[in-house]
Amino acid sequence: MADAAVLPAPAAKRVPGRFWIVPPAALLALLFFYPLVLIVQQAFMDDSGMANVGEFVRVLHARFFLNALINTITISVTATAGCLIVGLVLGLILAFVPFPGSGVIARLIDTFIALPTFLVTLAFTFLYGSAGMLNAGLTEAFSLQAPPVNFLYSTWGVVLAEVTVYSPFVLRPLLAAFSLVDRGQIEAASVLGARPFRIVRQVILPAAVPALIAGGSLCLLLTVNEFGIVLFIGAKGVITLPLLIYSKAIQESAYQVACIIAVINIALSLGLFGLYRFAAGRLGA
Amino acid sequence: MSVPAFTGSNVMDVDAAKIRGAGSNVHFDKVSVAYGAHVVLHPLTLDIAPGEILAMIGPSGSGKTTALRAVAGFVRPASGRIRIGATDVTDLPPYERGLGMVVQNYALFPHMRVEDNVAFGLRAQGADKALIGERVKDSLATVGMSGFAKRYPRELSGGQQQRVAIARALAVRPRVLLLDEPLSALDAQIRRNMVEEIAKLHRDLPGLTILYVTHDQTEALTLADKIAIMRDGRVSSHGPTVELYRLPPNRFTAEFLGRANLLPVTVTEGATGPKGFATARLGDALLAGAARGEKPGDKTLLCIRPQHLSLTGDEEHTNRIVGTLKEVHWQGELTHLVLEVDGTPVRVSATRLPVSLPERGSAVPLFFTPGDTSLVPEDVRG
Repeated sequence: MADAAVLPAPAAKRVPGRFWIVPPAALLALLFFYPLVLIVQQAFMDDSGMANVGEFVRVLHARFFLNALINTITISVTATAGCLIVGLVLGLILAFVPFPGSGVIARLIDTFIALPTFLVTLAFTFLYGSAGMLNAGLTEAFSLQAPPVNFLYSTWGVVLAEVTVYSPFVLRPLLAAFSLVDRGQIEAASVLGARPFRIVRQVILPAAVPALIAGGSLCLLLTVNEFGIVLFIGAKGVITLPLLIYSKAIQESAYQVACIIAVINIALSLGLFGLYRFAAGRLGA
Repeated sequence: MSVPAFTGSNVMDVDAAKIRGAGSNVHFDKVSVAYGAHVVLHPLTLDIAPGEILAMIGPSGSGKTTALRAVAGFVRPASGRIRIGATDVTDLPPYERGLGMVVQNYALFPHMRVEDNVAFGLRAQGADKALIGERVKDSLATVGMSGFAKRYPRELSGGQQQRVAIARALAVRPRVLLLDEPLSALDAQIRRNMVEEIAKLHRDLPGLTILYVTHDQTEALTLADKIAIMRDGRVSSHGPTVELYRLPPNRFTAEFLGRANLLPVTVTEGATGPKGFATARLGDALLAGAARGEKPGDKTLLCIRPQHLSLTGDEEHTNRIVGTLKEVHWQGELTHLVLEVDGTPVRVSATRLPVSLPERGSAVPLFFTPGDTSLVPEDVRG
């Protein structure tokens, strides 16, 4: 006890003041939550400020909304599937087929993430547009009257552009997952008689499932909300939810309708984001 | 759950004859491997007989794993051919070579249960369901892991995982089993047990040809019928294990395979007598040892293992040298003494010591038999 008496008292742990929560909370409320609340509020009120749930139900059943919803889901699901296929094939090649410069290629593909989405669309216009290089070449080579390649101004054009832009979002987590695959497992499988396709299917892919889910969810999230590519391509009849919101709010000044669609878009996005976080958590990202 | 050892009864239960099969020989015909201008394996010509265990040992970077990987098909030889049985496998992909392989980190498939890991190779080779079931059961029983079929690898200890890896390799009835440092990741006690169990496994499956790569001389000495000692991408020496240990052909082999005292001597008389012992001079002492065709006047090394030196002489221990005692290290089962003989340190591993141990700095006579002694040429590189 005598020894204990001479020990110095432990320094009191300094607890940060609770008021430090106020600035970030206020900033978040001002920049994020308040506009969001306004949108939600606007979705359930008419122009005179009266509650109007009937309009919400009407929009949900409207042809223009259902078409946009179907377009959005079709494009995003198809583009995500394309991203998964392209990302997987590229990832397998970059990770498991040794060739000089594979690292440079991987980094080049990474740079797509940094570019604005409409740039790819612009490039596609030069390549596959009505007066693009491909059509010009084919028209001249075969003396055609009209450009033969027209897919760019359709749903497929949007899908191709989105696949090009968003595949790196699948490739990045896949390469990280592939780098963790024990090469010894691949070699053991090979010695045991497994051919490359079986090794990919039964050894590599099971290890990459969380990465595929994470990358796929992110792609789905981004393609559901994609605005620039769809607007830039301007495909006839290809209206997605973000484009419909823009059209209702800016061109038709139908703010309540725009807000109703925005609320549904937000719910869809938050659902997909939840899926992404879950998958990313499983991956350890 | 405790794990039964590989026992004779395990194998009897599962009809080991099914697993025995006919092992194939492996033939390296001037096989070399290079990465660009860097040669990692110089032309290697070597035979592994059917049913033989050949241990390749050597320090890191000596080319032993490269040789194994060339057999597996993961490294393409720059020159030479590799034959397994009558088949030239040099240009075959790994999945067509009919091998089994076990590596240091087990390389079990983590998302598959033990039984699916063991069945993997059979499924890959298109075996029918009944055969797969039978082989999985047999192979797991052979390594004493029958009770673990439904477990995942993460639920097993390191030693258990290695047993499953061996079962997986055996299930496909390989022509040759490749073991690449299979016990390196295990702790010392489990490693000792596993060495004994692999030796027992080979006794039960005598037809199985095994190429065993290790840097651990104890594993090689315990398991191998023959040893190839690798150095700088070449075979420094190759021969039956006991012969290589007792009559090392060069200094590197003598020092790498067990501990050796190498004393510089001058041959005074070539091999004579029925046992062919030569006589060599070390200071004032005349010593006899197994000869390798040395002639009088040759400068060479006299190799004597630490455990063959005795502090007491008798009729057999006719060789006698005197050293100055420098250090004594008691290690329970053994006591290690370090002496200096003609300026060369000499190590003695003794199980018994005289009642009164000489003091440090005092002169101590050491005795050894000519039969435990060999002459080893100096400066011989493989």
